[in-house]
Parts: sequence; C-alpha cells; structure tokens
Amino acid sequence: MFRMMAIIAGLGLVLAGSAEAQTPRKGGTIRMTAPYGSSFTSLDIHTTQRAQDEIYAKALHRSLYTWDSAEGKPVPELAKEVVVSGGGLVQTFKLRDDAYFHNGRKMTADDIIWTFNRIMDGTKAYPGARFVRIIEGAAAVEKGQAKEISGLKKIDDFTLEMKLTEKVDPGFYFFTALTSIYPADEGAKESFIQHPIGLGPFKFVEHVPGSRIVLERWDKFYKPGKPYADKVIVSIMGEAAARDVAFRNKEIDTSVLGPAQYVAYQADPDLKGTIVEVAEVFTRYMGMNPAFKPFADKRVRQAINYAIDADLIINKLVKGKAYRATSWLPLTSPAYDKAMKPYPYDPAKAKQLLADAGYPNGFEFEWTTSQNESWGLPIVSAVIPMLDKVGIKAKVKQVETAVLAEVVRTGDYQAFIYSQQSGPDPLAALKCFHSSTPQPACNYMNFKNADFDKILDEAGQTDDAAKRTQLLQKANALLYEEAPVWFFNYNKAVMAVQPWLHGIQKNPTELTHQNAEELWVDETSPAK
Amino acid sequence: MPMLSFLIRRLLQTIPTVLAVVLLVFVLFSVVPGSIVSSMSDDADPQVELRMKQQLGLDDPVHVRFGKYIAKLATGDFGTSFRTREPVTTMIAKRAWPTLQLIFTSMAFAVLLGVPLGFVAALRPGGFVDSAAMFVAVSGLSIAKFWLGLVLMYLFALKLGWLPSFGYGDGSLKYLLLPAVTLGVSPMALLARTTRAAVLEIMTADFVRTARSKGMSEIRVVKWHVMRNALVIILTTMGLQFGALMGQAVVVEKLFSWPGIGSLLVDSVLQRDVPAVQGSILVVVLAFLAINLLIDVLYGVIDPRIRYA
Repeated sequence: MFRMMAIIAGLGLVLAGSAEAQTPRKGGTIRMTAPYGSSFTSLDIHTTQRAQDEIYAKALHRSLYTWDSAEGKPVPELAKEVVVSGGGLVQTFKLRDDAYFHNGRKMTADDIIWTFNRIMDGTKAYPGARFVRIIEGAAAVEKGQAKEISGLKKIDDFTLEMKLTEKVDPGFYFFTALTSIYPADEGAKESFIQHPIGLGPFKFVEHVPGSRIVLERWDKFYKPGKPYADKVIVSIMGEAAARDVAFRNKEIDTSVLGPAQYVAYQADPDLKGTIVEVAEVFTRYMGMNPAFKPFADKRVRQAINYAIDADLIINKLVKGKAYRATSWLPLTSPAYDKAMKPYPYDPAKAKQLLADAGYPNGFEFEWTTSQNESWGLPIVSAVIPMLDKVGIKAKVKQVETAVLAEVVRTGDYQAFIYSQQSGPDPLAALKCFHSSTPQPACNYMNFKNADFDKILDEAGQTDDAAKRTQLLQKANALLYEEAPVWFFNYNKAVMAVQPWLHGIQKNPTELTHQNAEELWVDETSPAK
Repeated sequence: MPMLSFLIRRLLQTIPTVLAVVLLVFVLFSVVPGSIVSSMSDDADPQVELRMKQQLGLDDPVHVRFGKYIAKLATGDFGTSFRTREPVTTMIAKRAWPTLQLIFTSMAFAVLLGVPLGFVAALRPGGFVDSAAMFVAVSGLSIAKFWLGLVLMYLFALKLGWLPSFGYGDGSLKYLLLPAVTLGVSPMALLARTTRAAVLEIMTADFVRTARSKGMSEIRVVKWHVMRNALVIILTTMGLQFGALMGQAVVVEKLFSWPGIGSLLVDSVLQRDVPAVQGSILVVVLAFLAINLLIDVLYGVIDPRIRYA
C-alpha cells in the first residue's frame, strides 16, 4: 500500500514538474544574435530589406499581419476581423482597439494609412513599396501622380477599407517588418530614427551601432500575459566562429549555424539537442540568360540540370544543410508537389541533349557569382568540372553581392548563381516567371511562356483553393520542364537554441525572425 | 615661434593630402558597379529609381557632385548617410570613441610589452632572452588576427571564463582586453624587433663608446644615450603603426562585435553608402595625419638637435 502511494506521489511530482516546465516563465533576458553582417542598416525598418534588421524589428514593430509558423500562413495581427467583398478586391479591416504604440498612444486607421503612404514615397524607394503596390492607387503615389493612396479609406478610427488591384491574400503582402505600422505623428520626426516607436511587444532602449540593440518589455502590449521576458538583447555577430564560442560559453541564446558548424554540432552530444532546422522559402539556382544563344534552347538548359550532381554537392560541400530542389517552389510551400522528382544526375543524357541542340562539343559561358559559401563561388567551383565532363566550359566572373544584385536585375550576365525568395505565397513566387513581370522586378531570367502565363492567370482568378493549388503545381511542373534555371537546392536554415530558451517558432520565411512575445527563458538561463 | 610656424606649415601640407584622398574615394565610388538604389530595393520601378537618384543627387555629373561635396565639407558637413538617413558626423561620432579605445589600448599593450622586450633582447644579443623575444616577435607578426582572436576567445572566455568572448558591454576593460590584445600583438612584435635593431645599432655608435670610455656606468649609458636615441625610431614606428591599426581594426571589430569605425566602413562599402564611406575614410586619414604630426612634434622634444625647419 505504502509502495503504491509512493509511486502515485512520484508520478504526481513528475507530472507537476513537466507541467511547470511547459508553463512560460515571466521575466529574464532573451539574448538573440543577428548573424548577417556587422551592423544593422537602420532603425527605420521601412528603409531596409535585410533579414538582419527584421530580427530586432519583430520584437519592436508590428504589421497588419504576422506569420503564423504553426499554421504555415499569415494571420491578421492588428485586425480582429477581415471582411472580404467586391469579388475579393475589397478588404475591410476591423482593427484592434487595444494596440498602443510605445509612446502610449492608441493605434488607429490613420496610422496605417499614413504608414502606407510613407512607404509609397517614390523619392525614397522604400523596399516595402513592392507590397503596398497591391493597393489601388499606391503606384500613382509612388510615381508622384497622387498624394494619397486612393484605395485606402478610413471608415472610422478602427475600421479601414482597402481596395486591391488584384485578387490576392493581402496577408502575404503585409506580414513582414517592411510594412510595420508607424505612429503617424512620431514617424515623421527626425528623432524617430534614433529612437524608434512601434507596436511590438518590446520597446526600444538602446542601440550601440555595430554591437547590439536592447529592448525591454512593453507592458501595454495587446496580447494578455505577453511578452514573457523582461528584456531582449540582439547582438550583432557576423562571424560564425565567434558565435560558436559565445554559444558554447552560454553568452548567447541563439546562433545561426553554417555548414561546417552544422556538422560539428550534430556530432557533439552536448550540442546536438540544441539544433532547430527548417526548410526556408529560398531557392538556390543558376539562372541562364535566354539572350545568350545556347541558353535559348530548352534542351541545353535541361542538359545542365542533368550534368550536375547536385546531391553530391549538397552532401559533401553544403554538408547536408540544404534540401535538393525539384523545381521552383520549396518544401514548405503550400503548393509543393511531393510527387515531383528532381533531375537525376545523368551526364550521358546531358551530352545527348547538347548534341540534339547542336552543341555536340559543348560551348563556353561566363558565370557570375558572389563569394557566398552556400550559393556562391565554392558551389560554382564544384560544378565547373561536372559541366566540363559534358563539354561545357564555364568561366567564373566573381563580384560582390551588391554588384550581383544589380547584374541580375539588369540582365547583364550569361549565367549567375543566386538565392531567391520562393515563398511563402506560391502564387507570388511563381509570378516572378510571368511574362508581364519585368526583369528588374524578379523575372531575372526574362522568362516568357504563354502556357505558363495562362495557368498562372487561371490560378489567380479561381476562388477554389484546391484548384488553385493544383494549377500552381502545374505551373511549377512546367517550370521544371522548361528549366530556366539549374534547380540547386532549398535552404535548410539551422539555428542552435540554448535549452533554457523556449517558444522558438520554425519560421520558414526566415528562421531568425521570431515573434519575440512567444519566447521565454526558464530559470536555468545564466542571463539575469 | 619656430614650433608654431612648423605646425601651421604642416597643417597646410595636410590639405592636399586630404583633398587627394577625398577625390580618390569619390572617383572610385563613381566607377565601381553597384549603387545604393539597387541595394535598397531589388524591384524598384525605373521611374522610382530615377526619382531616388535625383533626390540623392546621384544623377549629377561626377564633377558637379564632387564640387557640392567639397563645398559641404568646407562647412564641416559630411553629408547624410544614404542607408540610415542620419548625418554622417553623427554616425561617426557614435563609433569614434570605441575605435579610439581599441586603438589606444592596443598601442599601449604594444608599447608596454614590445619596447622592453626589444631592449632586453638587444642588451644580450644571441642569448636565451633574445632568442625567446625574437621568437615571440616573429610569431606575433605572422599570426593572422582572426585566428589569434579566436584562440584568445577560446582560452580566456570559454576555457578560463575570465573574460566575455564578444561585445562592447559597458565599454569597460573586461570587454576591451581581448580585442585590444588581438589587435596589439602585431605592432608589439614590430616594436620589439625595431627596438632591438635600433638599440643594437646605437650600442656600437661612437658616442656610446665615448661615454663608456669616460667611465659612465652601463645603466647611465643605456638610459641617457641609447634609450633617448632609440626613442626617435620607436616613435616613427608607432606613428606608422597607428595607421596600420586603423586598417586592421576592421577584422577585430567584426570578430568581437566591437562597434568601431572599421565595421561602419565595411558595411558602408558593401551597401554603397558613399557619404558614410567618404566620411569614415576621411576621419581615419585625419586621425593618421594628426598622430604623425604629434610624433613629429615629439621628435623635437626628445632630440633637441631636430629642428622644426
């Protein structure tokens, strides 16, 4: 009897302990890292599209929508309800009436209208303009032909009507920090850049340029009981080796891992459990310019896909820190087709296709690349001998990443290697290949295919979600067949997370972008 | 009076140097591919790009832009950063103190360790101390800063737990020590070698032999004759090393997340933020010129035979 009681008591203690471990703890400091460079670009988040800047912005700011990693889709954040009318072109937002800016003022529809008008200031080229352009009349403001976006109408302080130019899910357009809502009165002031004010769960405390940003809990945040932590420190740590030491030394709570560290952490029993990985919505590829004669032929482009042993490169060079690309849409895309298989490694077939296309002895091309370790020079260097085997000679042209971005947009290349966002919205991702999309926008290969356009237009028009997915999969399959690129891989983002940090979201749009109000640290955290 | 005219003359001499640097950077960034417009937005409408270029003054011919820039510079205005939209002077001001902290601490480490090491080595040439000191010096010159920084991090932060491995913290010595030592090892090694060579040469000079023959003790010979004369060479090396440290600080700042001008410069170059690049380079050049001017003045203090002529 006594034994039975002891067992029951012990079980009770275990269960209580487990429940306690799952109950978010209030207080503590979260120490995140910003790994993509040696500074933040600006405290005006509208001006920067670098992933680095959105890390702190997710704690400081809020947009109309947010990305729900569990659901795998954008969900309304600053609106309690969204009513769709006008054949899908009119969205009426019932806004939250409990969202306060960090200066204590309540957010209203005026702030959203002011923010979107600001983003469309064409003299500033705010990167978020690409999203706001979906609102009727926004492009006219951008071009200086109108002062205010005609498609935005304030019904009352907490009701906003938005007319769209196309029938799309606005969630995909307004969930990133590029469209963060600013307080209309403060956002226009010069001092805003030094001391930004947002709607996020943490308010700005300090920025030491080139070193860190410190934020502290905003008590008037609209989600009850959140955020959990008292403070968030985002340290800039561009060097992977330095991050590794700091992580092992328990000075930071998160660290993005490169291929070499990924292998080392997997092999270390103490660190293996800290790894969090997710297939991000980025496709790495070699783009081929159809204006360069050999690449105008589909068979040549297919031959290149057959000639490269992408699996070998992913396993040996990228150390398994990537997923093999089948076509354009990545694994986490809602329209990803699991039945699709990637191009197999088949040099004989590649040679045959080249001969059929009139290049039995191959040809030579110039390949523009950056130094990026995951999709730059090291990859190009590994591919060159494979292409050489089928008679294709590649001449490397190495440029800086900033220059590569310009080369890609202007079409001043024969081939280039790049990493491009291919989600989360599959329709928007595939639209980059629509013939109406200009090359500088994102149709970098200047792809034009009437069948593809037709399928995509149909997908955009249909209200049937299943049919839409089916059409998007068809368009994706057509891209596979046309092979405007060498489909290399989808990024596998890997982050090491200390055992005391909880609430990490597997965000496929960018793993480092965490909704900070969901994070909490338990009492084992060494940070006070 | 000669000192004052020397200073005025030297200050005037810096003007063409500064102008040449400004012109060089300006021309360089006018011809290299890539622009702030492409780094800001990867799908901007050509019309929008044009308006942005107009607003930033990038559509003017190079000579017009240069003229405008010089006119602003004459009033102490370094322009506004393309990417942060802050005045460049504000950006540099935020970074100047951490950079000065890092460079002066590194130099202090280099001088305090390198000069005595060189002296001791020279006093017993070929002996154990000399060999050991020169081994340290050669190693210090050969070691890559990045690697050394990582080793120091591993040892003093991870293994011993004495110091933080990265960051600026409150700017105190415990945060400064590892980056400063990493940066200071190379000038320390150079100063040790230079001091040794200078002392060895001076020890065989006629005036040293004369001093010894007059019965002066070895300590007095070293203190009054050898040290004083060697200081001129040591100062010259220090002056040059200040310039080198400003360049090398980039690697150390990035490794230790130290918020200095070096990392500002690198990020500005990568994002084609021309006003920030120009401002950062200008400040580095001015600092280098100022330190070398100070050293020129010190020459006269140490060795009265050197005239401000």
